[in-house]
Amino acid sequence: MGAVVMLVIVSMVTFGIFFQLPKLAGQTTDQLAASYVGKAPTAEAIADVKERLGLDDPLAVQYGRFVKGVFTGQDFSNGPSVEHCAAPCLGYSFRTNEPVLPTLLDRAPVTLSLAVGASLIWLVAGVSIGILSALRRGTVFDRMAMATALAGVSLPVYFTGLVSMAVFVYTFRLWPNGVAYSDFTENPGLWAWNLVLPWVTLAFLYAATYARLTRSQMLETLGEDYIRTARAKGLPERTVIGKHALRASLTPIVTIFGLDLGLLLGGAVLTEQTFSLPGLGSLSIHSILSGDLPMVMGVVLLATVFIVFASLIVDILYAVVDPRVRLG
Amino acid sequence: MSTVYEPSAAPAATARAFLEVRDLRIHFPTDDGLVRSVDGLDFTLERGQTLGIVGESGSGKSVTSLGILGLHHRKNSRMSGEIWLDGRELVGADPDDVRRLRGRAMAMIFQDPLSSMHPFYTIGAQIIEAYRIHNAVSKRVARKHAIDMLGRVGIPTPDKRVDDYPHQFSGGMRQRAMIAMALSCDPELLIADEPTTALDVTVQAQILDLLRDLQQEFNSAIIMITHDLGVVAELSDRIMVMYGGRSIEQGTVEELFHSPQHPYTWGLLGSMPRLDRDRTDRLMPVKGSPPSLINLPSGCAFHPRCPHAQGPGSPCTTVRPELVATAAHSGHRVACHLSPEQRLDIWENQIRPNL
Ligand SMILES: Nc1ncnc2c1ncn2[C@@H]1O[C@H](COP(=O)(O)OP(=O)(O)OP(=O)(O)O)[C@@H](O)[C@H]1O
Ligand code: SF4
Ligand SMILES: [Mg+2]
Repeated sequence: MGAVVMLVIVSMVTFGIFFQLPKLAGQTTDQLAASYVGKAPTAEAIADVKERLGLDDPLAVQYGRFVKGVFTGQDFSNGPSVEHCAAPCLGYSFRTNEPVLPTLLDRAPVTLSLAVGASLIWLVAGVSIGILSALRRGTVFDRMAMATALAGVSLPVYFTGLVSMAVFVYTFRLWPNGVAYSDFTENPGLWAWNLVLPWVTLAFLYAATYARLTRSQMLETLGEDYIRTARAKGLPERTVIGKHALRASLTPIVTIFGLDLGLLLGGAVLTEQTFSLPGLGSLSIHSILSGDLPMVMGVVLLATVFIVFASLIVDILYAVVDPRVRLG
Repeated sequence: MSTVYEPSAAPAATARAFLEVRDLRIHFPTDDGLVRSVDGLDFTLERGQTLGIVGESGSGKSVTSLGILGLHHRKNSRMSGEIWLDGRELVGADPDDVRRLRGRAMAMIFQDPLSSMHPFYTIGAQIIEAYRIHNAVSKRVARKHAIDMLGRVGIPTPDKRVDDYPHQFSGGMRQRAMIAMALSCDPELLIADEPTTALDVTVQAQILDLLRDLQQEFNSAIIMITHDLGVVAELSDRIMVMYGGRSIEQGTVEELFHSPQHPYTWGLLGSMPRLDRDRTDRLMPVKGSPPSLINLPSGCAFHPRCPHAQGPGSPCTTVRPELVATAAHSGHRVACHLSPEQRLDIWENQIRPNL
């Protein structure tokens, strides 16, 4: 229920911003339409575009048309021909006239590949480094790990990404043909190999956060009374750490992981841009820059769906791991 | 240092008490300096007996009990002296051997039962775990035992409550569950560190009753740590008063309540609420603040607060008083430079009449 409300609000806000912002900036719908026409906008072409996209209709009507399309499908006049777009219809790109949903579905696997691979790496690396750091607090390992982590959280992806490209692609030529996305179904090996740099670059950023978080969670947990109780029972240290401490420390991490992953599935803008990956993130940037409302709506809605879904799963998961939540 | 022992407690191994702590020191190196939380502590305890440990906050009670269980980190603490439990020495023992004794030979009940239980595991799972570390039994047998123990400590319908989580128990029930867990392996030594502080008065009385009953049943030795002199008076056979990481007086309940000899003990008795006096009229807490454990006062650590300290240059400020028997063959021992006659005089004429 909350999820539906969320989607409605997000779509309305996006819609509103898209049309209000140019107006506030003094742009008329004529100018907006003109930007869609292409090289030489004649008055005729502009009128045609306005007519076709319904740009002169009141905002509410336009929004209503969009919502109706999502549920019942919609007919679009594309020049002389009329195309039918079936039910969940997100419309056609103002720019390329491509239908939005298939474009999204086309781009989603790239982002999915990037997000899932990177998240596995950062989860494993970040959490294990965090645990080790906590257990060896104050040692050289801990200091180095935390210094690296600090660098990781403060360096932006386009910096680490470009540096790693410069080093591994251009200097060592590990990817002689550059890094280009290739489909998983065609060649899983190549798919993975080509994603290594983006994965590691993106994972570095998150792993740094996770290592710091895990470390502080672990240190906090190790000071808890129930850890002392576990030791007082005579449990071996590996059980105390591996069972009692870990269970408590990882609970908040699970939550954050779910949300981070959900957020990333909507598009890893910077990483995709840096490595020229044709995912949802780069799609959203292009759409925004080219004023392609239907595409922007599509990306935003999809991202919202991911986030809403992720938080739903996190809530359920949280109740599974923490009995205090489960029982109210 | 030359601690004076009771004549009978000569180093002969045969004469060792069930629990014997000798010249125990537990120090923590910190950025501010070396914290001497326990600094030369001696006491003994026999099976089936209860030793009450009293002393103000920071006097080293908890550090001592955690030390006996070997729960201090070897890395950030320094421990020396001897702890003999049933003929085994623990301070110099392999940590893994001490670990195996924990929970089985010696167990502990902590002050705050809510924070002392893992919030994500059921009460039953936590008791079962405690039992199964030391007993090679199946989960089913262990579960039956856990239900049994919960019943023994007075949890109603234990077969249902065993699957509850700690937060579903009330404070008193949690402490009962904690006791059930501690007793699940029939420990010979049970240390209760302020087991009732977090509970209200009626529940407190029930828990103390329970401990007393269980002690009779299991014949275990109990160390009862508390701020509440009423509790020790009721439950203990012997009492040890701690100050600044040392024992400054120990003896039977009778001795400590009716002929206490140390000025600090007098102060403690003066701070004990009694129903037969008016509150404002009689509550006299020990004046001054607890000593710094990094820079303990020279001589008798209590001298800055002691109303009976002799002036500067006297032994009170220069020589640390040893814990000595008040009379030959007496178990009543006190660490104070005052002569026995002076102590008796002050107690009889100045202190007792005003209590
Ligand atoms: N790990 C540690 N590092 C440094 N100092 C410590 C450590 N553990 C305990 N201490 C110090 O040792 C002193 C004795 O602490 P302890 O917990 O034994 O007091 P206590 O007698 O149990 O007091 P309370 O009645 O408040 O429980 C305190 O001053 C405490 O700050
Ligand atoms: S030794 Fe001196 S200062 Fe210490 S308790 Fe006795 S009289 Fe007081
Ligand atoms: Mg304490």
